Amino acid sequence: MSNLEDLYREIILDHYKNPRNRGELVSPPALRTEGFNPLCGDEITVYVNVSDGVVSDIKIAGHGCSISQSSASLMSAAVKGKSLDDVHKVIDTFKQLMTVHETSLDSDVEPEPVNLRALGELAALQGVVKFPVRIKCATLAWNTLSQTLSDAGL
Amino acid sequence: MTLFSAEQVRRDVPLLRRNVHGGPIIYLDSGATALTPRPVIESMQRYYELSHANVHRAVYVTAAEATSHYEGARRAVGRFINATHPDDEVIFTRGTTESFNLLARSWGRANLTSSSAIVLTEMEHHANLVPWFQLRDEIGFDIRFLRVNDDFRLDLSNLDEVLRDAALISLTGMSNVLGTINPIKDIAARAHQLGVLVAVDGAQSVAHSVTDVQDLDIDFLAFGSHKMMGPTGIGALWVRREILDTMPAFMGGGGMIADVSLEGFTPAPDVSRFEAGTPPIAEAVGFKTAVHYLTSLGMDNVARHEEALTAEALDMFATRFGDRIRIIGPTSTEQRGGVVSFDVEGVHPHDVAQVLDQHGVCIRPGHHCAKPLMKRFSLPATARASFGPYSLSSDIAALGDALEDAVRLFV
Repeated sequence: MSNLEDLYREIILDHYKNPRNRGELVSPPALRTEGFNPLCGDEITVYVNVSDGVVSDIKIAGHGCSISQSSASLMSAAVKGKSLDDVHKVIDTFKQLMTVHETSLDSDVEPEPVNLRALGELAALQGVVKFPVRIKCATLAWNTLSQTLSDAGL
Repeated sequence: MTLFSAEQVRRDVPLLRRNVHGGPIIYLDSGATALTPRPVIESMQRYYELSHANVHRAVYVTAAEATSHYEGARRAVGRFINATHPDDEVIFTRGTTESFNLLARSWGRANLTSSSAIVLTEMEHHANLVPWFQLRDEIGFDIRFLRVNDDFRLDLSNLDEVLRDAALISLTGMSNVLGTINPIKDIAARAHQLGVLVAVDGAQSVAHSVTDVQDLDIDFLAFGSHKMMGPTGIGALWVRREILDTMPAFMGGGGMIADVSLEGFTPAPDVSRFEAGTPPIAEAVGFKTAVHYLTSLGMDNVARHEEALTAEALDMFATRFGDRIRIIGPTSTEQRGGVVSFDVEGVHPHDVAQVLDQHGVCIRPGHHCAKPLMKRFSLPATARASFGPYSLSSDIAALGDALEDAVRLFV
């Protein structure tokens, strides 16, 4: 049985109640992308400033459930001040974390373990995979950030 | 008056004996789909075990039985809504959504032009919006809207104005989000005075109250079986026969023709014109059993039972949560059905539903396929509890307990 405590870790509730990097950046120059979760109506806008290959600032606007909002907040804290290389790495690692469940459901092959240590606080979101309908909530901000960077060719 | 007992209905519904997360299931999502009672399940099983054959034409015993079951279902469903001609006015569809697509594609395409107008409302389900938008994008008619007031009722102050020169008004009998029951009879009377046809989305209202299409004096009624304790995969569009006789065929194929040659085809003269292909026969059998089941309960009893539960729920929300929970819908049971949307301050509907699930409480978070209505009240989503004939006061108490847990966690 999946426990609520697996989903609503203290870190997640903290980021939901006290979201980091909340707001907007002047765009342009900031990159700006909107993301939607059509199933539940969650909406998110990611603003990113990139200078000299570094995500110098990031802001998140929009509304949604605790999982989508805390995931966005945790993401903003994880990528701010990081080089684009590191940002892509953390995006990939996070997406891998969110796909573990489907893989393990579909086959007996043990999925490759995700490096939780590399994820830091983000690891708190690993419980989401036990609640498959919520995975889209957790990945909304990340997919939106990915989109922003790829639209800008970064 | 028949004797109605929700406890008895409960004993008929096998799913309610399930345990989830170590406790009993508390099902409060009948507005999405109503649970199936054993007689409905058994009737479909009996059909498959004893009478399974394709309908129409074939003369052997089981084929004749299947045809008789299928046409009997049409009659039963027609009688349930008091159709004038129960044998010839009910078109079986896959559900309410397909019923609206049929209405738009058949009646709409034949009767609307770029200079026509139709009237919808701001509280419609997407099923009564998108098919009209699709047709409008093809032929370019005007779509007018009745708006929703702050009291969650339709604004009828400009009814005459929006109806003037319109060809059709298509509106819900009961909002699947707000629970608001619309004054269909009054609106239909005024529409007919102005020469406007009336279509009603009965997805919610038919399942939860007495429906009499003659008394309402409407022209079209769309509804689905699975919200009426019947199986999924079947629904109906009832059409007043004078209009039905003028409507062109919908989908083409076997079963909907009078004649086919290499030059072309002649459609069937009756309702089968709208039912191409092998119909959902087992589902029709189940649908028939479901309307018999509901008739035996008495739809007036069902409506009264659900009204009492709605009153209890509204009272529970107010006394246990005060301002912390806002009801998105009328706060009295007057002209209101057993669908209660609510907003828990500071807790997103998805999180509410997640915590409730842990208590076995099944409610629905989301936009409920009514995005324009969500926008009207500046909400991304609501949480919604809805009742059925098997719902009990104890379900509402369990909902309250689980909600307290959600509030504790998030606030």
